[in-house]
Amino acid sequence: MAVNDVAPRARRIRVDLQLIADMVKPGTRVLDVGCGDGSLLDYLVHFKQVDGRGIELSQKGVNACVASGLSVIQGDADTDLSDYPENAFDYVILSQTLQATREPRQVLEHMVRIGRRAIVSFPNFGHWRVRWYLGWTGRMPETAALPDRWYNTPNIHLCTIRDFVGLCEELDVEIEKALAINDKGKAVSVPNHWLANLVGEQGMFLLRQRD
Amino acid sequence: MGNRPPMTSLSIHPVSAAPDLPGQRLYFADRRLTLDCGAELSNVTLAYQTYGTLNAEKSNAILICHALTGNQFVADQHPITGKPGWWQVMVGPGLPIDTDRYFVICANVLGGCMGTTGPGNTNPATGKPYGLEFPVITVADMVRLQSWLIDHLGIDKLFAVIGGSMGGMQVLQWAATYPDRVFAAVPIACAARHSAQNIAFHEVGRQAIMADPEWRKGAYQVEGTNPARGLSVARMAAHITYLSEAALHRKFGRNLQDRLALSYGFEADFQVESYLRHQGSIFVDRFDANSYLYITRAMDYFDLAAQFGGHLPRAFKDTRTRFCLISFTSDWLFPTSESRAIVHALNAVAANVSFVEIESDKGHDAFLLDEPELFAVLSGFLTGCAEHRGIA
Repeated sequence: MAVNDVAPRARRIRVDLQLIADMVKPGTRVLDVGCGDGSLLDYLVHFKQVDGRGIELSQKGVNACVASGLSVIQGDADTDLSDYPENAFDYVILSQTLQATREPRQVLEHMVRIGRRAIVSFPNFGHWRVRWYLGWTGRMPETAALPDRWYNTPNIHLCTIRDFVGLCEELDVEIEKALAINDKGKAVSVPNHWLANLVGEQGMFLLRQRD
Repeated sequence: MGNRPPMTSLSIHPVSAAPDLPGQRLYFADRRLTLDCGAELSNVTLAYQTYGTLNAEKSNAILICHALTGNQFVADQHPITGKPGWWQVMVGPGLPIDTDRYFVICANVLGGCMGTTGPGNTNPATGKPYGLEFPVITVADMVRLQSWLIDHLGIDKLFAVIGGSMGGMQVLQWAATYPDRVFAAVPIACAARHSAQNIAFHEVGRQAIMADPEWRKGAYQVEGTNPARGLSVARMAAHITYLSEAALHRKFGRNLQDRLALSYGFEADFQVESYLRHQGSIFVDRFDANSYLYITRAMDYFDLAAQFGGHLPRAFKDTRTRFCLISFTSDWLFPTSESRAIVHALNAVAANVSFVEIESDKGHDAFLLDEPELFAVLSGFLTGCAEHRGIA
């Protein structure tokens, strides 16, 4: 079998990507929006046997993905999700990209339309360190999760975990699972969104459109 | 043009318009090919080449579809010009289309002049070369005839169908007409329909041929003339569309040809003129004027959506084929937007699709040239597909 010809793949992926991968059931159909160099997609295809597709903005990323055998197209979340039919995928993943889209609300609507489940992660602007930075220095926060300066950041729609939860309520999107991720990329156990909003550097959500 | 195959001897040898060319032939003595225009062709011959070995499961066959003026000699020396095969950089042992691993097939298209039935062949009804009595053919007709070859080879499902330009149109047609027979499809530098601008360029070429007094309303074989001037002008005009402004500037600029000053006349003062004249003059040694008319017309008529009620996604409904579309940044004949329109249609049916735009200043012709990124993408895509198909 040709599987033997394939170079041994990295079984380890970034900790936060592993958390996403853990939410995906094996053998499902997955669309990874903003798949970057394809490391999550590659992991899902080879270790969870998913039928995986990707969308990536950077042409370099796309070409590298396709050259390594992944099904990836050049495009972006704002313009390309509207093409797909309803429930085309079991999971639509948007990792660390929502805050960089022009129309996050529409993107989220499309995600829960074309996927039976959506998995979204984003940097939490409500994290205590961000609040402290802005409150104490009076300047736009620069943290490990938000490393850019205000003038060159791609993040044009930053939000807090509570903001995001509010949008889900507005769109009648059910939150099946919510994780607050610390600076090590690990999930921290918190009793509610209020506390998650303080201690989570990232928020990660498993979502579903209510029937 | 002295070394064109002697086409007037065809009434004796109905097998081929080019009887002295090497390679394999398939002759359909008792099958009639029904064309989109309603006409039927009998006594059809298909000339083709194969490379590599078909495996026991017959699962490793790749069909390569050639472009307008291409031919079946993908990885062989051209029998007339002696030049290397047109995709010899891509097809061969250890190359992206690896003939150690895959069984590669390429057939001369219907309407062609390299052995497959075309306007230069004898019309069985008259005993004379068809000329303009040859029916107008389409890309779908070309593909239908290719499917006979695939039947003949005993292959149920092709591992991949790959082609650039008009070859890419054939790939799309294959995927739409025979979705269960195509595991992977790679349409390169092409479109789902020929644009108005492209039809316009083709019309210029055809008018150049038809304006040549030696064309004789297409009956030049019977009358013993040769519309080489017209065909060469057609090629010159077309050749410009295969390049890019940047590539022309890089290659020639305003450099003068074999002279130090302008001639104040209509000699080929500039290198670019000399180059085009050369391209035109060598083309007529290997191509037939009427074939050029018919094949350009087939491309003009290509509109895949129109075959499916004007809705392109319908062409790919429920497809399980894995697609890889490739375009080039400087290709203005088949720009990236055309490939992207196909991607959108494939997304609309949630097809398995990859899409890569490759940075190149070489224009449309980039797909034929040494483009490392093209090789990496195609090789990676095929390897990934082979894994899914279980090809060793």
